[in-house]
Amino acid sequence: MSGKVDVAVYVNGVMYARHVEPRMLLSDFLRHELGLTGTHVGCEHGVCGACTILLEGRSARSCLLLAVQVDGAEIETIEGQGSIDQLGRVQQAMRQHHGLQCGFCTPGFVMTITDILRNHDVRGETEIREALSGNICRCTGYEHIVNAVQELLSEQERAR
Amino acid sequence: MTGESLSADRSVELRPKMVGKPIRRTEDPRLLTGSGRYVDDITPQGTLHLALRRSDVPHATIRSIDISAALATPGVLAVFDASALEGEILPAIPTSRMKGYYATPIWPLARGKVRYVGEPVVAIVAESRYAAEDALEGVIIEYDPLPFAIDPYDGAAPDAPLIHEEAGTNTIISREFARGEVDRVMEEAPVRVSGRFRMTRKTALAMEPRAYLAEWDRRQRALTLHTTSNIPGVIRDVLSECLDLLGNRLRVIAPDVGGSFGGKGSLYHEEMLVCALARKLERPIKYTTDRLEDLTATSQAFEEVMDAELAIDLDGRILGLRADVVGNIGAYSIYPWTAALEPVQVVSFMPGPYRFEHYRGRIRGVLTPKPPTGPYRGVGRPSSTMAMERLIEMAARKIGMDPVEIRRRNLVNDDEFPYRTASGIIWDKSAFQQCLEAACAKVDYPALVRARDAARAAGRWVGIGLASYAELTGIGSRISVAPGMPINTGVETANIRIDATGAITAAFGIASHGQGLETTLAQVVADEMGCKMEDVQVLHGDSGLVAMSSGTFASRSAVLAGGAATRSAHVVKAKVLRAASILLDVPVDDLDAYDGVVRARSANATLTFKEIAKAVYSQMGRIPREQREELTASETYDPFFGTACSSTHLAMVEIDPETYGVTISTYVVAEDCGRVINPLIVDGQVHGAVAQGVGAALLEEIMHNEDGQILTASLADYLAPLASNMPRIQIVHVEADLPATIGGFRGMGEGGTIGAPAAIANAISDALSPLGIEIDTLPATPERLFRLVEAARSRSAI
Ligand code: FES
Ligand code: FES
Repeated sequence: MSGKVDVAVYVNGVMYARHVEPRMLLSDFLRHELGLTGTHVGCEHGVCGACTILLEGRSARSCLLLAVQVDGAEIETIEGQGSIDQLGRVQQAMRQHHGLQCGFCTPGFVMTITDILRNHDVRGETEIREALSGNICRCTGYEHIVNAVQELLSEQERAR
Repeated sequence: MTGESLSADRSVELRPKMVGKPIRRTEDPRLLTGSGRYVDDITPQGTLHLALRRSDVPHATIRSIDISAALATPGVLAVFDASALEGEILPAIPTSRMKGYYATPIWPLARGKVRYVGEPVVAIVAESRYAAEDALEGVIIEYDPLPFAIDPYDGAAPDAPLIHEEAGTNTIISREFARGEVDRVMEEAPVRVSGRFRMTRKTALAMEPRAYLAEWDRRQRALTLHTTSNIPGVIRDVLSECLDLLGNRLRVIAPDVGGSFGGKGSLYHEEMLVCALARKLERPIKYTTDRLEDLTATSQAFEEVMDAELAIDLDGRILGLRADVVGNIGAYSIYPWTAALEPVQVVSFMPGPYRFEHYRGRIRGVLTPKPPTGPYRGVGRPSSTMAMERLIEMAARKIGMDPVEIRRRNLVNDDEFPYRTASGIIWDKSAFQQCLEAACAKVDYPALVRARDAARAAGRWVGIGLASYAELTGIGSRISVAPGMPINTGVETANIRIDATGAITAAFGIASHGQGLETTLAQVVADEMGCKMEDVQVLHGDSGLVAMSSGTFASRSAVLAGGAATRSAHVVKAKVLRAASILLDVPVDDLDAYDGVVRARSANATLTFKEIAKAVYSQMGRIPREQREELTASETYDPFFGTACSSTHLAMVEIDPETYGVTISTYVVAEDCGRVINPLIVDGQVHGAVAQGVGAALLEEIMHNEDGQILTASLADYLAPLASNMPRIQIVHVEADLPATIGGFRGMGEGGTIGAPAAIANAISDALSPLGIEIDTLPATPERLFRLVEAARSRSAI
C-alpha cells in the first residue's frame, strides 16, 4: 500500500522515526516496527488493557490509537520501567506479591499501576479494584495484584 | 506421612528446604520487564503472514470459491483452499476406543462443507498481516445452506440433519455408569429432589490469543513450530504423522505462553496450516488470532444440560443418584482428547466425594454447528459439581437440615479410603471431612449464619452456599485422561545434567504457561540434589528436550514432573557424591550435599558442585577411568493411578434488589492439595481458578442464536471477571496425610473453577429461598435473576 507517512515518536526517551501506513495501529507500530514487544495485544478493541502505555504521562490503550496520531508525542512502555537486573519499583512489588502468572497482562498492569501512582488519588481496596478494572487478568484472580498496589500506595503515602 | 521419600539421609531432612517456601519466581524478571518471548514476539527474516477467511454460515456445502480478487491484492503471495492443500498434509484423527464413537477428521481447511461459523475455509498468505486481511474480502465463497439443529436435543432426534454424514448420527458419544439398583431406590426413597441443571458454554479466554509460527529449514529439511500450545509434545507427535516428518525433523516449541486454561490444549487447524504452508512455500509463516477469532474458533466448553435426581433418607443420608446428561459438543471432536472428554467426566464425577451405593449416570454427546468443545479448567466437574451440590442443598432444605450437616453425614470418612465411588472412580485418602470443617471454622460458620439471618430478617437477599468436591489429579498411565484416548499422558521425564562448567540443567516434557514450574521444579531439584536453587535452570515447552513429552494439563505437572525431578536428581546426586568420595578420599556415606557444597562429616573437607564437575569432566586423571561417570540422569515417573485433591468452598453473597447484581462478600476455600511446593504459587492458582469459577457462575456465557451466529464476539459481550468483581479469597491449606506420590504432591490447578460455580449457585439460591427460587442455570446474570424473581412473585400473587 502506498501513501506511507512519517512518524516520529519518543519512546522511553529515545526518538524513533519510521515511514508507515497511516492505518497502522500504535500497538503494531511499537511491537513490529520498533521491536518493543513488551506491549501486548489481547483484544484490539480497547477492553483488556494488555496494550496499555503512557502517552504524555497518562495511561492510554495503544490498540485504539494510530501511530500517526502520536507523531511527536512522548510515550512510555514497559521496556522503560526497569530491567531484568534492576526491576522498577512497581515491578518489584508485583514480583514480591506474586502479582503475575503467565505474564501476558502484566506489562499493561504495570503501566496502569504506574498511572495510578502518578496521577490518581486512590484509597482503600474498593477504589484500588475499581482503578484496576480496566485491565483483565485471567490468571491471578487479581488478589495479589491488589496486594502489590496496596503496598505501593502506602509506601507513597509514607513518603508524602 | 506416607509420601515416598527418596532422602534416606536424615541430616539432610533437618536442613532448611526450598520446597514449602514462598520463593519468588524465577520467571518474573523477564515477564515483568516486557522481555518475555511469546510466539507473536518472534518474527524471523522473511516471515509471511496468514489471514483466514472463516465460514460465516453454520452448516452448508461449499459450492464455489473464487480467490482471484484476493490474489490480486497488493502484498498477497498465495491463497489456498482445501483443494490447493491436497497432498500437503494428512488429517488428524481423534481416535478413541470408546464404543459407538465417531472420530471426526480434522483438516486444516474446510473440505466441501462448513460446520460452524468461524471454521477456516481459505488461507491468505501475504507480506504483512494488514495485506493478508485486506485480501479477505476479495475471497468469494458461495454456500448452499444445509439444515441443522443447534439444540442438542433436536440434534439427537432420529431425523435430525447430520453434521457429519459419515457418522450416521449426531450422537457420537454415549456412555453409562451404573452401580446398584437406582430405580428401585428412587422409587422407595422417602425424599427426592431433582432438577434440570444447565451450565452454559464458556471459553477459556487466555489473555494471549493463540499464535503459531512455522519455519522450514531447507538445508535440514526440518520444521520448527513455535506455538502457544500447552501440549507441545502431543502436537509434535500428531503433526509428525500428519506431515510425515520424524521427530528429529520436527520440533515444537512453546515459548512463553500467555495462559491456556485448556483452550490452547488441543490441536488446531491453524497449527496444521502454518506447518504445511511453511514447508510448501519454504518461508516462515506466522498466524496470530485476534480476539474475535479466539471467541469463535478456540475450543469452547461446559455446555451441558443435566437432568439429575437425588434420593435421601430422613437422616439426610444419600441413597442414590440418577443423571441423564446431554452435552453440546459442537461440530468436531478434537485431538487428542476427543469430544468425550467433558461430557463423560460430568457423569463419572457427579457422585463427587460422597458415599452412596446406587447410581446411574448417562451421557450423550451431540454434534451441533457450534465451535468444537475441548478442555477448559475443571473439565466437566464444574458442571457435575454444580448439579450435585445444588441437589444436596435442595435436599437439605427439604428436610430442614443444615447444609453443612448433610455433607458431614455423606462425605467419605477417613477410615473408608480408598473409596470407590458409585461411578467407579477410586479416591485415595484425602481430607474430605477436614476441608468441610476447616472452611466452616475459617469463617465462623454459626456467626455467618446469624449474620445472614439478621440480614434476611431485614429484608435483604443474603445467602450462604457451600460446595464440596474431589478431583483426580496427577493421573498416571493406568487411567486415560480422556476416555479411550490413544495417547499416554501418565508418564513424565526429567533429564538432569551437571555440565562441565558446573551448571545444572533440568529438562522436562511439561509446558509451563503461568504455573511457575520453572520455579517450583527448581525448588524440588535443589532439595533433592543439595544444590543451589539459582544454579538450576529448568527447561520445558520444547518437544526436543526429552524423548517423550506431552505438556501441562489436567493438574499433572507438579505431581508427575515433580516426581520425575526427584528421581533424576537423586541419581545425579549419587554420582556427585561418588565422584566427591574419590576426590576427597572419604567413604560416600560420610558425604552430604547442601547448597551446592559437598561436605565430609568426619573430615574438614568440602568441594563445590562446580569443582566436582571440573574434576569429572576436565581434569585428567583425578578420577580413575573406570569410575568416571557423567553427571546426568534421565528418569521417568508414572504415578500409575492418580491422587485425589479435595476441597470445600463456602460463599456468602448478597443480591441487589434494584440491579440484581450479585456481590460476593465472603469466600473461603479449604483444600487438601498434599505437600505444598510453593505456597505463594498455590494461592495464586486458587485465586485464578476461583475467579474463573466466579466468571462461570455470574458472568461468562458464549451465546449463539438460532441461526448459529455467535452473539458474544467481543470482550464487551463475553464478560471476564474484573478486579472489581472479585472478593478476597480466604484459603486454608488443610494439613492431612500425604498421598503416595513421590514428594507427596497432589495436583491443584483446577479446583477453584470446580467449586466456585456450585458454591455461588447455592448461595444465591439460599438468598432467594424466601421466594422459593432454586438456581438451575449458570451464569446467574442479573437478567436471569430478575426473571426468576418476577416469576416467583407472580406465582405467589396467584
Ligand atoms: S489490546 Fe488494547 S485493550 Fe486489549
Ligand atoms: S498473569 Fe496471565 S493474564 Fe494476567
